[in-house]
Amino acid sequence: MNKKIVAMLAASAMAVTMLPLNVFAEDDLITVGYAQVGAESDWRTANTESFKSTFTEENGYKLIFDDAQQKQENQIKAIRSFIQQEVDYIVVAPVVETGWETVLQEAADAGIPVILSDRMMDLADDSLYTCWVGGNFVKEGETCGQWIADYLESQGRGDEEINLVTIQGTIGASAQIGRTEGVANILAEHENWNMLDMQSGEFTQAKGQEVMESFLKSYDDIDVVICENDNEAFGAIDAIKAAGKTCGPEGDIIVVSFDSVKAAFDSMIAGDLNATFECNPLHGPRVAEIIQKLEAGEEVEKIQYVDEAYFDTSMDLEAILAERAY
Amino acid sequence: MDKVKKLTSKRLFMPIFCLVIMLIAAVIASPDFFKIGVQNGVLYGRIIDVINRGSEVVILAVGMTLVVAASAGTDISVGAVMAVVAAVTCSFIAGGQQSVNEYINNPILGAMLGILVGILCGCFNGLLVAKLKIQPMVATLILFTAGRGIAQLLTNGQITYVRVESFKKLGASIPGVPIPTAIFVTAFVVLLTLLLLKKTALGMYIETVGINSKAARLVGLKSTKIIFMVYAFSGFCASIAGLINCSRIYSADANNIGLNLELDAILAVALGGNSLAGGKFSLLGSVIGAYTIQTLTTTLYAVSVSSDQIPVYKAIVVVIIVSLQSPELMRMIRRLRAKSSVQTTSGKGAA
Repeated sequence: MNKKIVAMLAASAMAVTMLPLNVFAEDDLITVGYAQVGAESDWRTANTESFKSTFTEENGYKLIFDDAQQKQENQIKAIRSFIQQEVDYIVVAPVVETGWETVLQEAADAGIPVILSDRMMDLADDSLYTCWVGGNFVKEGETCGQWIADYLESQGRGDEEINLVTIQGTIGASAQIGRTEGVANILAEHENWNMLDMQSGEFTQAKGQEVMESFLKSYDDIDVVICENDNEAFGAIDAIKAAGKTCGPEGDIIVVSFDSVKAAFDSMIAGDLNATFECNPLHGPRVAEIIQKLEAGEEVEKIQYVDEAYFDTSMDLEAILAERAY
Repeated sequence: MDKVKKLTSKRLFMPIFCLVIMLIAAVIASPDFFKIGVQNGVLYGRIIDVINRGSEVVILAVGMTLVVAASAGTDISVGAVMAVVAAVTCSFIAGGQQSVNEYINNPILGAMLGILVGILCGCFNGLLVAKLKIQPMVATLILFTAGRGIAQLLTNGQITYVRVESFKKLGASIPGVPIPTAIFVTAFVVLLTLLLLKKTALGMYIETVGINSKAARLVGLKSTKIIFMVYAFSGFCASIAGLINCSRIYSADANNIGLNLELDAILAVALGGNSLAGGKFSLLGSVIGAYTIQTLTTTLYAVSVSSDQIPVYKAIVVVIIVSLQSPELMRMIRRLRAKSSVQTTSGKGAA
């Protein structure tokens, strides 16, 4: 009831100021242009969804969304069109790290703050972007390494000779670099751990399977497979089964992966995957928070991490899955 | 000496020679390369991986060879067409849902629909190249860029999963049959094409059109029709490769299915000793070329080269193979040799 009265008051106020209603409404909204990488994975889709559900007109935003289909030139085009449309904020999840100076300078000249989401840019001048929001990939890698250590300890294999392999992501991607580094940090603490091999599965199921097929032929005794995203793990699990071995909590090989997409929960429930380390895709609310701070004229921190968790088969996965947005 | 010369001058000598060298290198790098075992009733070993994983490129290379031969151009849309076919098939079977555990629609019908769409894509390319005389690279660039977008639209930008055991058979193996299914499909496509080319005059027609399409028309061959046909056939090959690929991962991943495979297919044609300027071609050469590429990939995995260096190794090997097959380089070497022998004989004469 109160709302209605407020609305009526607002409407009459508008009539008094003689402003056309729609123009007023549009001026009131904060326009945000989001240049998304694409829709290559469930994670990305959840990330897009998070922005779309946060930046709604009810919340006082107008979101212009652009899907770059994994191409940098599309993203640059999108950013230029955002500048032309005079948006208030630009959010970019860069496809690659380099080659952004020119277009970001254009945005800076137009006085539009740029917020980076998920992936980092490699810039000579850090002032070209306002801040960066994303996961801490190194920490994810360390959490993963620590989980493996704890799990082996709980199985009574803490002092055993442990052979690991890693199916890396696309070489050069922030997630690949950070996760590899994080795992390596924990690896260095364990003398009995032996990283046999690392190959890139390019973040895809097909390549993950192909690489795992090769690993299984090269090494007879693999104890742990670390996949730098869930999709690679699905491929690796298929390869392990085809080779007549077993994986998961009941099997010979421990398989862990990153991202925690829905299908990864299915895989854990089926007993194939041991654990998955979350890379929280819900950046929308955090970005909105930053924009509100900037609107209020406050300073924001340059690097902002989102909260991240991990999931393993000891948890009540069905319940978590039912509650999860992605 | 004459016998050696006769052998080395054979068309397929160089491609086979390169493949053999690759295989020898592979055995040196990983001694168990040719070891074949049986795992879960299916043949298991690195060489099986090469033949199995190479299937898509071989099938694409078959279509690509004919395109190159007839139109002196390349079909760069095949990778994207694979993604479209996978998207059509999976989203039809899954009834538009993102992940299904049972068939919503008939899978055979879905596969048929996929193949039909693949052929239509090929026909579209053929129309542009044959009828409208647009340069092949430009004409196929349209689907190259638009194809993945179409596939994304069909799958709503999601990876569409079909988690049904029987859907995985095409990319894996049928129970009781020790050979991966993809190998059968590949053999079928290659044999069918060979038969079509050898038993009918089609192969000759394609070569004639490729060498000189105007002259071919003057002797009564419908150049436009033949060029149109090879593009449609390339679309068909792409759809078969797309089906195998999406069965392997029991899903349609619009961004990644067939990614960069068009380049591998073109490379396979070139490694097979075929001229990219059209005309005379060897289908088996392309097939051998495709397996050479896969041998290289599998070997690089086996010797655990760090992943960021793999492209460098690949490039080096490709440069060596391609230059080995360059007639110009051979001529240069021959000329150099002749020169040195002339010098030595003239030197002797002066003394």
